[in-house]
Amino acid sequence: MSQKVLLNAKTINIILHRLACQLIENHNDFTNTVLIGLQPRGKFLANRLAEMLRTHYKIKNIQLGHLDITFYRDDFRRGEKILEANTTDIDFIVENKNIVFIDDVLYTGRSIRAALTAIQSFGRPNEIELLTLIDRRFSRHLPIQPNYRGRQVDAINEEKVKVNWMENEGEDAVYLVNS
Amino acid sequence: MSELSVNHLLGIKYLNEQDIQLIFETADHFKEVINRPIKKVPSLRDITIANLFFENSTRTKLSFELAEKRLSADVINFSASQSSVKKGETLIDTVNNILSMKVDMVVMRHPNPGAGVFLSKHVNASIINAGDGAHEHPTQALLDSYSIRERLGDVNGKNVVIVGDILHSRVALSNIYALKLQGANVMVCGPKTLLPKYIKDLGVQVETNLRKALNWCDVANMLRVQNERMDISYFPSTREYTQQYGVTKALLNSLDKNITIMHPGPINRGVEITSDVADSDQAIILDQVQNGVAVRMAVIYLLASKIKH
Repeated sequence: MSQKVLLNAKTINIILHRLACQLIENHNDFTNTVLIGLQPRGKFLANRLAEMLRTHYKIKNIQLGHLDITFYRDDFRRGEKILEANTTDIDFIVENKNIVFIDDVLYTGRSIRAALTAIQSFGRPNEIELLTLIDRRFSRHLPIQPNYRGRQVDAINEEKVKVNWMENEGEDAVYLVNS
Repeated sequence: MSELSVNHLLGIKYLNEQDIQLIFETADHFKEVINRPIKKVPSLRDITIANLFFENSTRTKLSFELAEKRLSADVINFSASQSSVKKGETLIDTVNNILSMKVDMVVMRHPNPGAGVFLSKHVNASIINAGDGAHEHPTQALLDSYSIRERLGDVNGKNVVIVGDILHSRVALSNIYALKLQGANVMVCGPKTLLPKYIKDLGVQVETNLRKALNWCDVANMLRVQNERMDISYFPSTREYTQQYGVTKALLNSLDKNITIMHPGPINRGVEITSDVADSDQAIILDQVQNGVAVRMAVIYLLASKIKH
């Protein structure tokens, strides 16, 4: 197994600042906008961006939630892997809100499809956008594209993109893993 | 995440502690789901579940049906009183006829102990026991433990007394297995005639004095006197039973501590507990009912994930 560094901590930090600025450009003071991190791995990115918007860019009313999509996935009973549920934590109304889904890697688009269904359980949003740190081009199974992307990556199917966060793996880095 | 060690839920006896923890953790997620504006998830949209009730039931049947529908499963209902069972059809024939309509899972209540185990050996579907005679009622025990965990934080180390008609109760047996598995101390309390002779062999304490039992416990699970299963007289009169084993507010207030009261329903108000106890803050009877749906969703979801596509 070999792995190559795609992004190091410094680059990730620059990208996060750019993504935060792009969000501010479109959502101003975020009065009608909510950020939703997709469980399990989008949570770290969402937390990081929310923190950055609050402290660095002094935006007061950032609403942040986490959405678990396990029960909405289309591969239940179809894989070897047992699907593990995570906590959903959305303590606000999404009716008529502008939602930004946040996930670390966009690959087939199936998780986003599940998230689009899952969020309907919380009301009818005004619009939904998608932000991902890594966009794996040419690997989509569904017509889904991000509105905000950190870095576009051309990886072949056998390769894996692994995103590490300080909060769980002790470093900020993105690797391309060849197994 | 691990998976359940079993393919059917026939009784708590066949589960291990990890299974119970997995069911509870999954139930936590479903409890959040059923408190959303839209209380439904699409996980089981390609699964069909048959609810076979060979014995009367209201809340268990409703609770299972709701759990199945919240998971988007297709549901068919069958009750013995309106069926060909009356015409002499055997259990295996009845179930195989239903299964040939492509049913993946069977939820069954049956008056005979062991009916679920028997069925699991003869038909090709996942079986959930919703009560088999006076044997087991596993989902009730799971939701009882789940409710204790929710109220007191943990089941381990807690003192739980099961009061009343232990002899005829499948809830009691399943609860004893479940509570022991999670490290609780279990006591049974009731008139000697309603305590099975060898109940001590299950590792439970036996007490015939209700006041002593309540002073010992953190949780009291009050069972219903099952008059319909009593072919002989087990105590002189209902009035005498109530005087000895009925919980009143005055009795609760006279204890040194604030205990939690549970009841699997249906309640005979004024017999095993009085109305003011049933409606007090100490009772978690309606929490049990709400948790029942979440726990049954978890059981169905986890068993369904083991059915090969």
